[in-house]
Amino acid sequence: MTILGNSGLVLNEKLLFEHSDPGRKGYSLPKLDVPEAALPAELCRDEIAGFPELSEVDVVRHFTRLSTWNYGVDSGFYPLGSCTMKYNPKVNEIAARLPGLADLHPATPPHLAQGILELMDKLQTSLAEVSGFARVTLQPAAGAHGELAGMLVIRAWHEARNSTRSKVLIPDTAHGTNPATATLAGYDVVPIASEGILTLEEVESHMDDDVAALMVTNPNTLGLFESNIEEICKLVHDRGGLVYCDGANLNALMGIARPGDMGIDVMHFNLHKTFSTPHGGGGPGAGPVGVTEELIPYLPGPGVERVGDEYRFETDNAESIGRLLAFHGNVGIMVRAYSYIRSMGGAGLKHASEMAVLNANYIRARLEGVYELPYKNRSLHEVIFSDKDLEGGCHTLDVAKRLIDYGYHPPTIYFPLVVKGAIMIEPTETESPDVLDEFCDAMIAIAGEARDNPDLLLKAPMRSKVRRLDETTAARKPRLKWEASE
Amino acid sequence: MRYIPHTAADVSEMLERIGVKNLEDLFVEVPGSVRLKRPLDLPEALSETELLRELKKLAAKNATPSTHMSFLGGGAYHHFSPAAIDLLVSRSEFYTAYTPYQPEISQGTLQAIFEFQTMICQLTGMDVANASMYDGASACAEAVLMAVRLTRRKRVLLSRALNPRYRATVATYCLYLDLELIDVAVADDGRTDLKDLAAKLDNSTAAVVAGYPNYFGVVEDLAMLSERAHEAGARMVAAVAEPVALGLLKPPGELGADIVAGDGQSFGLPLAYGGPYVGFFTVRQKDLRAMPGRLVGETTDLDGQRGFVLTLSTREQHIRREKATSNICSNQGLCALVTTIFMSLLGKQGLREMAGQNLAKAAYARQQLAGVKGFSLVFDGPSFNEFVVRSVEPVADVLGRLEKSGILGGIALGDDYPELADCFLVCVTEQNQRSEIDALVAALQGGAA
Repeated sequence: MTILGNSGLVLNEKLLFEHSDPGRKGYSLPKLDVPEAALPAELCRDEIAGFPELSEVDVVRHFTRLSTWNYGVDSGFYPLGSCTMKYNPKVNEIAARLPGLADLHPATPPHLAQGILELMDKLQTSLAEVSGFARVTLQPAAGAHGELAGMLVIRAWHEARNSTRSKVLIPDTAHGTNPATATLAGYDVVPIASEGILTLEEVESHMDDDVAALMVTNPNTLGLFESNIEEICKLVHDRGGLVYCDGANLNALMGIARPGDMGIDVMHFNLHKTFSTPHGGGGPGAGPVGVTEELIPYLPGPGVERVGDEYRFETDNAESIGRLLAFHGNVGIMVRAYSYIRSMGGAGLKHASEMAVLNANYIRARLEGVYELPYKNRSLHEVIFSDKDLEGGCHTLDVAKRLIDYGYHPPTIYFPLVVKGAIMIEPTETESPDVLDEFCDAMIAIAGEARDNPDLLLKAPMRSKVRRLDETTAARKPRLKWEASE
Repeated sequence: MRYIPHTAADVSEMLERIGVKNLEDLFVEVPGSVRLKRPLDLPEALSETELLRELKKLAAKNATPSTHMSFLGGGAYHHFSPAAIDLLVSRSEFYTAYTPYQPEISQGTLQAIFEFQTMICQLTGMDVANASMYDGASACAEAVLMAVRLTRRKRVLLSRALNPRYRATVATYCLYLDLELIDVAVADDGRTDLKDLAAKLDNSTAAVVAGYPNYFGVVEDLAMLSERAHEAGARMVAAVAEPVALGLLKPPGELGADIVAGDGQSFGLPLAYGGPYVGFFTVRQKDLRAMPGRLVGETTDLDGQRGFVLTLSTREQHIRREKATSNICSNQGLCALVTTIFMSLLGKQGLREMAGQNLAKAAYARQQLAGVKGFSLVFDGPSFNEFVVRSVEPVADVLGRLEKSGILGGIALGDDYPELADCFLVCVTEQNQRSEIDALVAALQGGAA
């Protein structure tokens, strides 16, 4: 087996502020071609204390060195469950940087922005087709932002019907953003238990006249399809509620099944997961939201619409929940997602979902028996193991850290909360079986090391820029910025 | 498909290992009744060449500073962005990584965020900055929610001179939280009206929110606003949509602000029709644990080396769930990196020089425009790089006429401010050459003649 992790020359690098030298500069501006002007002195600050003074080469070398301490999808396999770390196509980056798209001011009159509006209209139409919803808004900036939009839309629908329902049902497998969002929409959260998947009985036992909505994730965070979804949606609807779907895991379903056809009323997409836009070290993403016909009037706005051959912003949106951002959303991310959808076509998207599911099931087949598999239902795009069978006093965290030495980004760990010591692996479709085999070999080797030489896990990682970090002290005595006195 | 490596042989070998006959068998848990029984109705896949051809066609239909002279601002600004920035953030170790959950292999992102937090604190004069928010408007909304949490009060005063898109975003976030949002009038100088503020402030007020500079480009008397807010036990929220101004202006932290929320787009991010931009969010040390968003802190590893980690996450949704300080998960990491590199390159002198150029160009434009018959300046408060112009000729006609001369002359204010229906907002940055300002003036004169 090849161990990918190895030590090249890793260069140290100080903080920017520790490099700074008075008088250095890393920029040039044209000479001022108008007379100087001044503000009243009482409005003006002194120089910005502590701000760095660096040459361009100082700055370039600094950030280049920093970049080498990171691990990205381009560095290697990144099986972070529920995050869909698929390959980010390069042409999408070129597309987003086309000057006609990148340099366009958001207040440009719509008749001078027809190209971007056309792209946005086509993207929202394409997302509606993939998901089975009547309409999609592109405004939300991230998944959690889309959740907020969706839950506010649900609330607005209830308010319009003079319904004062106060509760939202959320399964225990849900992302933490779901309950946090429900609270932000003014709802009380009622957690409900699942047995891998939600049962009709469990939902029924909580579904009363005070429940505004059920929030589900489908496939859920265990990588399992909620097979009772149609019956559950019907039940919730019959009792006057709506169903929200967290679309984080849509990568399993493109061209296979559409949430809008299952009875779901609202769903957010994660363009940075399913539609290949880069995760950027933690954003920017984009979280468009699809809804059924009935909920269209409440969508955040103004949205883009096509009238004849012209694209424009809607004007009739009295019932809209309003805007969630200063402008029209993360348009640069929309361009990348549109570029992806056009590169893949409908058949290509379906193929992506099939290969994503194939890859997850292949990993499952190779690791079952080595790691405990808590749920036996057929997996979709991700598979969850636990550390129950691990020997040598090692735990999930230790497996994760040891994987770093083997050259992999670890899977999502300790989530979902319902599985003790969860190891959540989502390979995505862009990995070949060769990569999966090497990864599985590493996972199997690590289970053996736990038994024979647990120190290899407990002291891991050994090959990374830094070793395990003291997170307790970081939280107890927070140092959240550099200070000159140091 | 070039992004998917599987050959037909791969697929059959993998299916065999899994123990199923075909791909269809992998989807047994998806009931037939919800299966899509037709192909997705999307246009056929394009090659790279075809794709770029199509996108260039779309891009060519948009007006940008290379096709039009632009005086558009209003929360998004056309500024100089050093070439090194895009090349550095194009390093895929930065842009193809995710949130730094595994600090040992994410030190690049973590150290850069730590540097971002530091520089945002230096810039705003505040104690603590988080790792970023979506944009200035949503950061402003989060600031309001935080002030409400801290004060347990229900009334929020928003200056009418605060960017109307920020006000609208605050309203959306607060829709169902049983809060009272009240507008504070604008005085003749374009600043928030202190008399109206005094009349509306009471001991149920959680926050006073004002732009700095405000939407009209005018510099608020932030010290006075903070003083009034504090007298009533409310928090002062300063919203900074144009951070270049902080190269010259006193930092809000010196003027009593409790929370400073703003947008970093001016610091190197492309206009991109409104996003992705990046929100910044800063607070006083004492309020640290009530703040939303991710935080990076310094620590050491097992060998005693300096390193950085995500910290104080017990405030956040993945731990606290429904009791979290916000539902925000990731932020705008790569955009924060752009602003970090921008601030590093511009540095202490550069930001001041850039701010000075904005001030001088806008002052020149103000002076020139004030001399054109039929046009006048509306507010006389001190202003930075934007100002409001009143026109005798209907605003739509003026802007339409300028457009024919290849000029995007400004933003009409009537939709957001009915009382300013005869006005438009003009923005002048260091990117506008004197010849462009002169062309704007000449075009306006042309119509009056």
